Order: sequence, then C-alpha cells, then structure tokens
Amino acid sequence: MTMDAALPAAEALPPVERRTLKKFVRNRAAVVGATIVIVFLAMAIFAPLISPFDPAQTNFRLVRKAPDALHWFGTDEIGRDVLARVIFGARASLLAGCISVLVALAVGVPLGLVAGYLGGWYDMVISRCTDALLSIPFLILAIALAAFLGPSLTNAMLAIGIAATPFIIRLTRGQTLAVRTEDYVEGARAVGVPRLRIALRYILPNIAAPILVQATLIVAQAIIAEASLSFLGLGQQPPAPSWGSMLNTAKNYMEQAPWMAIWPGVAIFLAVLGFNLMGDGLRDALDPRDV
Amino acid sequence: MLNLITKRLAVMVPTLLLVAVFVFTLQHLLPGDPVLALAGEDRDPATLDALRVQLGLDKPVPVQFVYWFGNILHGDFGTSYKTGEPVLALILQKLPVTLELATLALIIALLIGLPAGIISAYRKGTAVDYAANVVALSGLSIPNFWLGIILILIFAVKLKWLPASGYVSPFEDLSRNLQTMILPAFVLGNALAASIMRHTRSAMLSVLSQDYVRTARAKGLYEPAVVLRHAFRNALIPVVTVVSLLFGELMAGAVLTEQIFTIPGFGKLIVDAVFNRDYAVVQGVVLCTAIGFMIMNLFADIAYGALNPRIRA
Repeated sequence: MTMDAALPAAEALPPVERRTLKKFVRNRAAVVGATIVIVFLAMAIFAPLISPFDPAQTNFRLVRKAPDALHWFGTDEIGRDVLARVIFGARASLLAGCISVLVALAVGVPLGLVAGYLGGWYDMVISRCTDALLSIPFLILAIALAAFLGPSLTNAMLAIGIAATPFIIRLTRGQTLAVRTEDYVEGARAVGVPRLRIALRYILPNIAAPILVQATLIVAQAIIAEASLSFLGLGQQPPAPSWGSMLNTAKNYMEQAPWMAIWPGVAIFLAVLGFNLMGDGLRDALDPRDV
Repeated sequence: MLNLITKRLAVMVPTLLLVAVFVFTLQHLLPGDPVLALAGEDRDPATLDALRVQLGLDKPVPVQFVYWFGNILHGDFGTSYKTGEPVLALILQKLPVTLELATLALIIALLIGLPAGIISAYRKGTAVDYAANVVALSGLSIPNFWLGIILILIFAVKLKWLPASGYVSPFEDLSRNLQTMILPAFVLGNALAASIMRHTRSAMLSVLSQDYVRTARAKGLYEPAVVLRHAFRNALIPVVTVVSLLFGELMAGAVLTEQIFTIPGFGKLIVDAVFNRDYAVVQGVVLCTAIGFMIMNLFADIAYGALNPRIRA
C-alpha cells in the first residue's frame, strides 16, 4: 500500500527489491489490481469531494428514480443518491477490510512466531487452538461473533479480524518453522543473540513476504465478509452507507428499482477483484524461485 | 490405514473440546445479564434468582461449562428460545435441505471446474487458459449474495423462467424442487467451481510434465487417453483433498444463499436465530458445523490415503 513511495526510488533500491518491483509492474493483471485498489482508496479518502450529493440527504419527490443525467446511478427508496452512497460506502468496506486484517496480523503474527520458534508446549497449545478455530468456517465464525458482540461496524471488523487470525497464525508458524533452521538463524543463536531479537530481526523480515501476500488476499475476503455481515444487518448500521446494507434494502425493490441492486454489487466485486489481483501479482513478484 | 484413522480421531478429541470451550465462551460476550433479558418485565429478585438457579447460572463458569458440555455429549444442545424446540431437532430438520443444496452445488462446481482446469492446464499460456483464469478469478471475487440477486433479477423478474424463491420438498414434487434449487445451487457452486478449476489446473500442470506422461505419448497412445487416464488420474489426488475441504465454504456460502432464496435450511436457521437473538441455536449451529468440518477433514485424509499408495502404509 506504500506503492507511491516505492515507485520513484526504483533505481535506488537494492537489487532484490528492484527485481520484485519490475516483476510486479510487468505483470499486467497485478497492475490492473493495484490501480483498482488505488482508485477505491482515493474514492474512500476523498468521498466528500467526489460525491455529487450528500449520501444521507433524503428527498421524497425523488423516490426510486431510474438513473438519469443528474442521478447517474438512480435514487433509492427514500430518494437518496445511489452514486453518493456507493462512493461513501467505500469507506466502510475498505476500513473493515484493512482494520480487520490489521487485527488478525497484530494477534496472529506474534502467536505464529512463538509457536514456530519456541515450539514445545507453546506450539501445542497455539496450534490446537488454531485448529479448533479453523474448523469453524470463516464466515460462520464471523457471523456468530458479530451476533454475540452486537451489530455495529466496529464489532463486525473485530469479528472478521478474529475469524481471520487463525489463517495468519498457521501461515506465520509454517514459515517460521521453515526459516528457523537456516544458517543465519543458527549463526545468530550461536553468537548469543537474544531469542526475542532473533525472532524480530532475523526471522520476521524473512517471512514478511508470504505474510504480506496472504494479508492482501485476506483483505479481499474481509471486504466480502463485511458486505455479508452488513447485508445480514450485523455490520454498518443505517443510515450510514455500506454496500452490503444497500444490497439488503435493494433486494426488496428488485422489480421496481433494479439499479439499486446493481451498483453496490459492482463496487464490491471490483474492490475484491482488485485486492485478489494485487495479491496474486505480489505472490508472483515476491517468489524468489522464478526470475 | 486403520492406524491413520485412529490417530486422526485421537487428534479430533482435544480440537472438539476447544471448539466447545470457544462456543461456550461466546455467550459470555453478550452484553448484560441474560437472566434480565429472559425475565422480561418481571424484575422481582426472587424470580430472577429462581431463573438463575434453573439455568445453572448461579454456579461458577467452569462448572457451567461441564454441565453444558455434558448435555451436548448426550445430544442435548439446549432449547430454542424462540420456538421452544430442542436445538438438535431443529438442526436435524433443516440439515437435509442444505445437504441437497450443497450436493447440487458441488455437482455444478465439479462439472464446471474439472473440465475448465484440465483444458486450461493442457492449453497453458493460450487465450483459452487466460480466459479461464479471468473467469475463475471473477468467480472468486463475486459476493455470492449479489450473484443471487442478479440471477433472480434476470431469470425470475425479467425472463420469468424460474421462481425467485421458495422451497418445495423433492419428495413432494421433484421437478418443482429442482426448479427452485437450480439458481441457488449455481450461486453456491460458482465460487467452488473457481477454486476447483484453479487447483485442477495447477495439479494437472505438475503432472503433465512427468516422465510417465511422456512415456504414454511416446508409445503412441491416443492423446485424450494420455490426458485423462494417465495425467488426470494422478492430478486427482490433491483435487479430492481440496474438494473435501471445501465443505466449510459450502456451509458458509449456504448461509447467504439460503437467505437470498428463502430456502429453509441450515444457513437460514442460523441467520433467523441471530435475528431472534436465539443464542442456543447459534451455538448449536456453529458447533455442528465444526463437527461436520472435522469429519470431512477425516474423509479427506482417508481419501488421500486410499488414492495415494505411497502414504497408505
């Protein structure tokens, strides 16, 4: 997500990073994905500047108007502009996507490092708990957590983050196991570097790439999950706009106002596609095996 | 083989126990006192205490867990607060509907995913491969509840070919049943098809470059026989594992699909329970899904062993 910072300095980067960046930029699908993601981020950040109308402004003379020159995406059941709501809805979706993944990383990476590096009882306990959580399907776990925590966007983000955590733990643990027997880790241990420092300075940087790839792909899943929870009424609460809750309302007016159902869905689809393409592209670019 | 199964079953026990602890803990996330919620208007302390004793809430939390888990081991998942029926009965009553939906979805997913994966691997780097990958990635990126809405819009609202929602039991009227199931099964199968296609493709790619495939070709075997009998059969091993692990995705997908098409299954049960704040049902559904997932995991291991002679020992 620090693309713009990385781009101009390409020549100054060390060879490995430069090669990775070149591979990413040469991958057309990845660039399309990154572009979509940047467009959506811009849309979320600058929503008040871009949006043609106030997303909460109702107008009872404009109820369920088909798209026209003034209201490009039409209006909804209480006369709000659908385009404005789609633009502001990007905030809930991207925020939920990113925050929940940050929650999962903040909890999952340390636990995965501990399980993989310290092993023994730590590994036993952490891995068993991870297995247990992984046996509950991601979305069902998120729905159950959100149901018990109570419906709100914050709780939905928390629920999605917790549901995504076991995936991060398992990945971090596996990567740590693969790296901990490398010579540079053995060497650091031999000269007496403290364990915490080995984990943070020697292991973490070397397993960051696959975690970054997975995190990007989980953002895509988290956006779908947020939309699903909001669709079920467990996420963003009305009248605040969210793509999922817009679809929930839209399904009641499918015959009279199909445009209400089309645009929020297109937005979810594109945002998720963007993160998926970017994740796939990052994976190919960061893969050291093929040059 | 038996050894493998016993070992896997032994691992399942602590996992199941942990899932149970987790599901039990969920109810303590609820804000407020559950007794106050159940008692409603009646705030008489004596009634509240009686209710607390009746529910076992006067005991320490670990003791409550032992009671709760003991009941579950006896098949008592609690009672639905909404309907007063036992949770297990509710689940067993809804399960067949979801199993039919899931089976149809899996058939559709395999019919699309396997051939697409084989062709895309066989024609790697061509326009066909590229198109198949784009379609698969799109399939993975479409939220299935939105796909459901769009298909209803096209096939039910505009073309009026299929009913928009509703459910008819297959024992009552099979053709009506299939008519109501085709759209939801397609919606649910779509994302699975994408993931089956991707796994089949990568498995086929690694198999097609093997020596035995080259040998089969060298001896002049008919090309489809090479691809299907020699390559595909070997590529099937990882694919079978993936398919049995897709159970979780099927169940999670069924939640939203059943909601859109108002199909009275397992998924609709959990959503309705969430709306009605019927927490015993939510807990029961989560626990049953986890048990189902573990059983499918076991099947995956068994299938893997059966298909791959190298790890059968």
